[in-house]
Amino acid sequence: MFENIDLSLINWSRGQFALTAMYHWIFVPLTLGLSFIIAIMETLYVRTGQEEWKRITKFWMTLFGINFAIGVATGIILEFEFGTNWSNYSWFVGDIFGAPLAIEGIMAFFLESTFIAVMFFGWNKVSKKTHLISTWLVAFGSNLSALWILVANAWMQKPVGMHFNPDTARNEMLNFWEVFLSPVAVSKFLHTITSGYVLAAIFVIGVSSWFLLKKREAYFAKRSILVAAVFGLISSLMLIHTGDSSTRQIVHTQPMKFAALEGLYNGQEGAGLVAIGIMTTAPGDTNSRNVKDFTMHIEIPNFLSYMAYGKFDAFVPGINDLVDGNDKYGIMSVAEKIDRGRFARESLAMLKTARDKHDTITYNQLKARFDSKEFKDNYFRYFGYGFLNDPESVIPNVPIAFYSFHIMVGLGFYFLILMSLVLFNLFKNKLEEKKFLLRMCLFTIPLAYIASQAGWVLAEMGRQPWVIQDLLPTMAAVSHINTSSVQITFILFALLFTALLIAELSIMFKQIKIGPR
Amino acid sequence: MFESLSYLALQQYWWAIISLLGALLVFLLFVQGGQTLIYTLGKNEAERTLLVNSLGRKWEFTFTTLVTFGGAFFASFPLFYSTSFGGAYWVWMIILFCFVIQAVAYEYRSKPANVFGQGTYEAFLFINGALGTILLGAAVSTFFTGSAFSVNFSHITNPVDPVISRWESPYRGLEAAINIQNLCLGLSVFFLARILGILYFMNNVDHDIIQTRAKKSLIYNTVPFLLVFLVFLALLFTRKGFAVNPLSGNVYFENYKYMHNMIELPWIAVMFLSGILMVLFGIVRSLITAGYSKGIWLSGTGTILVVFCLFSLAGYNHTAYYPSSYDLQSSLTISNSSSSRYTLIAMSYVSLLIPLVFAYIFYAWRSINRDKITSAEIGRESHIY
Repeated sequence: MFENIDLSLINWSRGQFALTAMYHWIFVPLTLGLSFIIAIMETLYVRTGQEEWKRITKFWMTLFGINFAIGVATGIILEFEFGTNWSNYSWFVGDIFGAPLAIEGIMAFFLESTFIAVMFFGWNKVSKKTHLISTWLVAFGSNLSALWILVANAWMQKPVGMHFNPDTARNEMLNFWEVFLSPVAVSKFLHTITSGYVLAAIFVIGVSSWFLLKKREAYFAKRSILVAAVFGLISSLMLIHTGDSSTRQIVHTQPMKFAALEGLYNGQEGAGLVAIGIMTTAPGDTNSRNVKDFTMHIEIPNFLSYMAYGKFDAFVPGINDLVDGNDKYGIMSVAEKIDRGRFARESLAMLKTARDKHDTITYNQLKARFDSKEFKDNYFRYFGYGFLNDPESVIPNVPIAFYSFHIMVGLGFYFLILMSLVLFNLFKNKLEEKKFLLRMCLFTIPLAYIASQAGWVLAEMGRQPWVIQDLLPTMAAVSHINTSSVQITFILFALLFTALLIAELSIMFKQIKIGPR
Repeated sequence: MFESLSYLALQQYWWAIISLLGALLVFLLFVQGGQTLIYTLGKNEAERTLLVNSLGRKWEFTFTTLVTFGGAFFASFPLFYSTSFGGAYWVWMIILFCFVIQAVAYEYRSKPANVFGQGTYEAFLFINGALGTILLGAAVSTFFTGSAFSVNFSHITNPVDPVISRWESPYRGLEAAINIQNLCLGLSVFFLARILGILYFMNNVDHDIIQTRAKKSLIYNTVPFLLVFLVFLALLFTRKGFAVNPLSGNVYFENYKYMHNMIELPWIAVMFLSGILMVLFGIVRSLITAGYSKGIWLSGTGTILVVFCLFSLAGYNHTAYYPSSYDLQSSLTISNSSSSRYTLIAMSYVSLLIPLVFAYIFYAWRSINRDKITSAEIGRESHIY
């Protein structure tokens, strides 16, 4: 079956989406966090009347503008790529997925783009308070747009609030609030925006540290660090908390992703959490499942079971349990799910045929089948499996999931410690003397970006082969286009985005060197 | 409130919103039109900087409207999104490419160490203004001329080839550019955007020499606009249209369909003619009345009315708004391509926010544009494009 599918088209389409999403995500987290940091700084200016706060605000606002422009540029592609590269997906779930995108435009983008003009050009045209409100509205607008796109993404990870309409061959929304307030959406939103806040805080601390190392603008730098470190520290604590709750959800909603991110092949009771590990090909890979083993690892005993289920002796299913099934723990094998998915798909095909032939009796019988709870719960929920041929195709790339998760988590804790140290030394008035700490702050900026990207790599690659968890595999979501067309646009966008990134960095470095005016 | 509306009424309501967003987008293309005139109206660095900064305070409105237009189309008519974007791949990709390069051009143009030089970013603005407008116009014109695609829902049950919508032309939408009617609408949008750009400069830039050049340029752009737009209208009202049988849903050719729509829906005729008159009146008054600078509002409102009517002609009165020239029965109508009733109702409540959006845009626009832009004001600004 798979030999008939143009896998290179799927891979190039995935590559193009990953390219544009990852480039976009270089710029978005800084926008999310820096917008609030600027708003806090301007609030301090308005409340104290000190011109120095205005100068500080304007400097970071300049960097915000440079970053914002390229964020907007890379973002427009993503919205339209759902149609250009994933047309089948657009129809299959557009009834649910399109709504958050439209709401994002109406509620968030206009707010952001309208008041950003006031924020940049209104200093001499509107009152201080109006300008401050505009700056806060830009911050809220940016974060509101993140809310809606993350609601949409969360729905792809855990589809809720909908039913399948066999007549239109698509999923349709049944409950907007269930989609909007899904626990996965809430966690994803909070975890993602707080990651942006932490990144922005590290950016401000890092750049300000550079000024202190260069013995320039000490007053400006320390005030910037004060705002960013307090904001970043609070955000870091929230980030860790939301990350924890997000991981607990994955155990239930995407158990395969959870097993992959821990490199857990064989499930066990009282499973240990691998804190650090290096993966390699396992010598005894008898199933040729590309099983990985650890050449070295540090494990915290029983902690994975506790993290997942709140019990130290709970059973955590591994990749093999999820693929082969495990009767003892009531886990269905993928082969069985494939059979059930095929039955659902064949039922749909029969319904379409009956309708085309005006065979009302058969059509009504099949329609009743699609409406029955038994069919929905036991067959249709595995609809996507019907497109698969090989049970092992549900295994994502384990090393990528493992490393991206551990890099993200490890760096997350490092950021918390770093910001605590910075704040401690700032309050002791010893920060300028701590050259090593200042250098660490500077060199942590790229690490914040790596952690941020790693989070999305885990979220998106960890759920493969699914575009919509259990309902639509990537191979069935792609547009009917030539591979060569996607290859050309991939290369064009790679070149363009890289060129623009180079320009952005060059301009950003220059503005930092110039410093506040 | 919206629950009491029929499914068809909700589909018609959402087509009106799509039409309104499309109309606003075309009006806001004055930014793109203005971008193609930077070197025509600005003969030295200071003049060009003045023009770029005048437009730069508005470019995000156009951009955001385009994004919202796309999002609203996806939410309300997902089959169009799936069919057109996934099919006419190259047209949409080139349009997107044009808008990507615009987004950075303003911010990076005059910044030191921008790597590629000011000229490159100005070229980006020109490409966006010229290619973007022509292709958008040509793409919208396919609402009347048709495109080569097919739609078959049964494909979703085929595990080997499950794609529902397929484009049946190897040129992936680029074939639209060789159709004379599409080309005429593309060029009409291009010249109209330039006219609106000129009128915006007349309203917003306080510079005598630029004002003089703008008036001259207004004439040079109005003549070709009228020519290509009249050809487009002639072709539109004399061509076969894609009609839909309301009972069976079958699509068939009907002679003079769009002229019939105009006659059968007289409110469209009234709005359409009023819109054209307003566009022309805005231009003429700007040319003959010394110091008159409100032309952008007259012609802009006229543009919104005309474009709204064109979308209405395409979608209402039992018409297929995205017809297939390959398989008539695959044509998209507002009934067969829309979201579910529930989603349309939910989205309709969100649409109630649109007046609020207009209100704060109006406030922000007035705050920034209260006074005309001058070289002295730019000199005082900390944020310059």
